Amino acid sequence: MNMETIRELQAYGYIFFTIFLAVILYSYLYHLYKAEKKGTRNYEQYSNIALHDNLDDAPVESRTPSNKEKE
Amino acid sequence: MQANHALNYDYSVAKCFTYATILFGIIGMLIGVVIAYQMAFPDLNYLAGEYGTFGRLRPLHTSGVIFGFLLSGIFATWYYVGQRVLKVSMAESPFLMIVGRLHFWIYMITILAAVVTLFMGIGTSKEYAELEWPLDIAVVVLWVLWGISIFGLIGIRREKTLYISMWYYIATFLGVAMLYLFNNMEVPTYFVAGMGKWYHSVSMYAGTNDAMVQWWYGHNAVAFVFTVPIIAMIYYFLPKESGQPVFSYKLSLLSFWGLMFVYLWAGGHHLLYSTVPDWVQTMGSIFSIILILPSWGSAINMLLTMKGQWGQLKENPLIKFMIFASTFYMLSTLEGPIQAIKSVNALAHFTDWIPGHVHDGTLGWVGFMTMAALYHMAPRMYKRELYSKKLMESQFWIQTTGIVMYFSSMWIAGITQGMMWRATDQYGNLAYSFIDTVTVLIPYYALRATGGLLYLIGFFMFAYNLYKTMTVSKAIEREPQNASPMAA
Repeated sequence: MNMETIRELQAYGYIFFTIFLAVILYSYLYHLYKAEKKGTRNYEQYSNIALHDNLDDAPVESRTPSNKEKE
Repeated sequence: MQANHALNYDYSVAKCFTYATILFGIIGMLIGVVIAYQMAFPDLNYLAGEYGTFGRLRPLHTSGVIFGFLLSGIFATWYYVGQRVLKVSMAESPFLMIVGRLHFWIYMITILAAVVTLFMGIGTSKEYAELEWPLDIAVVVLWVLWGISIFGLIGIRREKTLYISMWYYIATFLGVAMLYLFNNMEVPTYFVAGMGKWYHSVSMYAGTNDAMVQWWYGHNAVAFVFTVPIIAMIYYFLPKESGQPVFSYKLSLLSFWGLMFVYLWAGGHHLLYSTVPDWVQTMGSIFSIILILPSWGSAINMLLTMKGQWGQLKENPLIKFMIFASTFYMLSTLEGPIQAIKSVNALAHFTDWIPGHVHDGTLGWVGFMTMAALYHMAPRMYKRELYSKKLMESQFWIQTTGIVMYFSSMWIAGITQGMMWRATDQYGNLAYSFIDTVTVLIPYYALRATGGLLYLIGFFMFAYNLYKTMTVSKAIEREPQNASPMAA
């Protein structure tokens, strides 16, 4: 295979890869809205992570299911 | 309740990086002002022998502000924001405290060594990647330490979900790691071929390939140092200072992935009309234009966060700094794509419009956001109110005037320069010689340098205000929830 063909294949690969990633990106947007509509996630509440960020504020979503388990 | 009520966030590393931000900000910007005046008054090149020439000082200015001022600003905010949004104190892990301190000291030694070697004229001649290989290794070490600090803190967090700022900090870490490693692949000439000194090296790539890797790195250094971590800052500091939740958290997530996806392909626009393959140039151009979308996604998200709360802009200078930063982010992310259009680039490339564009972003967006972040952090870290609101207001207007003088003079200079370079007479001969353009541009250079000087004066006011805040300002009893307390 000569160099020109390799470069051409590279360019086609690049285009297809770009389209593929664009599809992924828009699917992600669809996923965000769908998850909220189904009630599995509430993304907007995560803003509170910055607003209530004192060490003794309750986490928005605690990592450990219950603090009592630790003790 | 857990037994952590006596526990506090540990800001000792954040404080160290705050001092470094101020120190390197002064050094980097001062050198910037000097070289700007050298453009207007060339005799200033001969003040300090070889150490004072434009060629010697220019890499010091760029490296000083990017890797000195800004990186320490990023690290300072990380060591502050990281703990807070993960709801875990560094003091809970002695290991992470050691890593943080080590990170700071290796960083300081590396940057000081960079300053010394660049002054001595030791460098690789790759723009924004001038450091020689021993220092590159030191950079890798300090970067790995930062990574340990990020992922270590994530490992012991209480908050399950990573706040959007965390995503941007992680992207900064991963992006720069990848870019830095690949672009700085170099061959130490002494050890391989017995040529040069032990610290000399040449790039592992050659010719066009070297150019492509260099600008893939160069443009993404803008992405992952000037943009991504600054977005991390604004997504935390603007909502926190204003008390308003992010307008759309979903938009912040989508913009994040959009930015990550698009930015990495845009570097080709630095090489338009060069010997790189045509499709690489076209891709670079197209991706630069698409880049408007995720950039404006974040910027508009921030402006809309202030919806119904615009009164705060009048009351609180910190909000003013941040909203101005966000607006300048929009301006420079519109200007950049316009310059990346092939026909516009034919005029703009190599002209003063380019440094004009860079400084819209760096002075308006990066500088203002970093200073606002440190202002917000100071009362929480030092338990004192900010020293002077009036000084802050004056600083804002002096620096804003400086920025406007900077970019407007460079717009005019750049477009004049581009038009003169391409002007021909009726026979197709070039109408002007190079020196004609230089003569015409001198007044604009003087104006630009004075704009830079105003910005530097503002930075000294910032440093003074913070110094007074740390030392003599009135103590506060409780940490403020939102708006930072400040004396009139």
